[in-house]
Amino acid sequence: MTNTLHRYGTADSFDDDYIIFAIPSIGNNDEGCIPKMKEFLRICAKYGPANMGNGNRGSFAPEKGLNPAIHWNREANPDWEAVIEGVKKPGTVAAVFPNEESAKACFEEVVKCDFGLSVNISSSVENAREVAGNCGVKRHSVEYALAFNDPHDHLPNSQILGLSTMCGHGMVSFNLARKMLDLVREGRRTPDQAVATLVRFCPCGVYNPARAKRLLEAAIKEQR
Amino acid sequence: MLINQKKCVGCGNCVAICPMGAIYVDPQKSRATINDDACVECGTCFRGMSTETLNPTFVRTVRKVAKFLRFRFEPEPDVCPTGSFEMNELEMPRLIRQIFSDPVVEHKSTGIKGRGTEEVKTNDVSLRVGTNEVGYTIEFGRPGVGVKFSEIQEMTRTLAQHNITFEGNNPITHLMTDVKTGDLRADILDERILSAIVEIKTKIDTVEEVLQVVSEVNERIDTVTAVGVSTRCNDSGNDETLAPLLEDLGYNFSRAKTNLGLGRVTNTIKLNKAKESAQ
Repeated sequence: MTNTLHRYGTADSFDDDYIIFAIPSIGNNDEGCIPKMKEFLRICAKYGPANMGNGNRGSFAPEKGLNPAIHWNREANPDWEAVIEGVKKPGTVAAVFPNEESAKACFEEVVKCDFGLSVNISSSVENAREVAGNCGVKRHSVEYALAFNDPHDHLPNSQILGLSTMCGHGMVSFNLARKMLDLVREGRRTPDQAVATLVRFCPCGVYNPARAKRLLEAAIKEQR
Repeated sequence: MLINQKKCVGCGNCVAICPMGAIYVDPQKSRATINDDACVECGTCFRGMSTETLNPTFVRTVRKVAKFLRFRFEPEPDVCPTGSFEMNELEMPRLIRQIFSDPVVEHKSTGIKGRGTEEVKTNDVSLRVGTNEVGYTIEFGRPGVGVKFSEIQEMTRTLAQHNITFEGNNPITHLMTDVKTGDLRADILDERILSAIVEIKTKIDTVEEVLQVVSEVNERIDTVTAVGVSTRCNDSGNDETLAPLLEDLGYNFSRAKTNLGLGRVTNTIKLNKAKESAQ
């Protein structure tokens, strides 16, 4: 399962954040759904996603048993195949696209394939309408995210919220987002390195590294 | 969750990782320590951190020298250099923390059908929410605040007094001892979790009332809530009821999940049943 509804930001800030996901409905169309879910991900992988996930792992996963020498040569490369082959049970499979063109192209092929699974787009209301309309698809249902209710002032500032809420399950902590932002501000990490750290904590693969990089760079620019 | 004190070198990397701020470095022991009351067993430290297999004695020595020389020891921020985290077997009621906080754990032991829910993501097939109906997902504790079941019960009890229907396939509904009153199981009320979602459904004319109730209850409980409201679009693919209503009520909804209606029933049993009833 993923959770992408309550990402913090304005509608404009989701212009590099299109999440397309497929999900079987238990008891209705989950029979034989695994090959369809895998094929859905294979299609997504062709159109340049920023991340993908199968509900259990994302394309950027934590690395266990590292050699300490890796500190000087650590790369974050997406492993699409691990996500595709990791689909074992019915659930949500998702891909995050960093622009409208790739989202439209991917969705067009998904529509043609007619898997019979439910397909959703999580983005701004208008972005989703645009992608659907491009293929002549009419929306069936829509779930709107209302803003966070925080009467006791628990939540941090908008920069931290923007970075943290891209993992909808809350696995990217406020403190980690703040730490990475500070490391970039202090020149100890590049935005790319900071993003590579943040994205590994999202096990569903819906954290958007492209948007995170933009948010980090905007935060640094703001201080200058 | 446990931290192996023989392995931990007190580097403090895990302190920032914990979504609940439950980990601190004990100054007496120079080891990372978990505040068990604050820990929600989400597994972010154990699963999310990359690990190295360095010798703890060696790392402690290097750190001591660096500290003496006022050098800053700066390992990769997502790495536990000695792989000190260990997941322990949990029993109820503490197990409920993991069930609601760790997104990759399966939890058949309690009989709860998953932490997540299909919501309107499969509405094209499940037909859960119809036109002129509104589905609500009321999420507690996320991001980064957490919530106790006693606080969730405050909400469910209050909502139950209004004309709402709790979603049957929702994990919180499964924990209710009485869906008419919104009472939850007594043994879990003191347990803290990262988040939970209460799902209800109403007719469209009660949207204002329900959102007002959620807001009022949130004032009384020490957490954060996030509400999702959903409906079915008309045959033209437009929502001409809920969105205008939310706008009139002053809500700003910049983001949405949009179900594109590509799903259909394909399971054999379900199809046969449909054929039988058609005959």
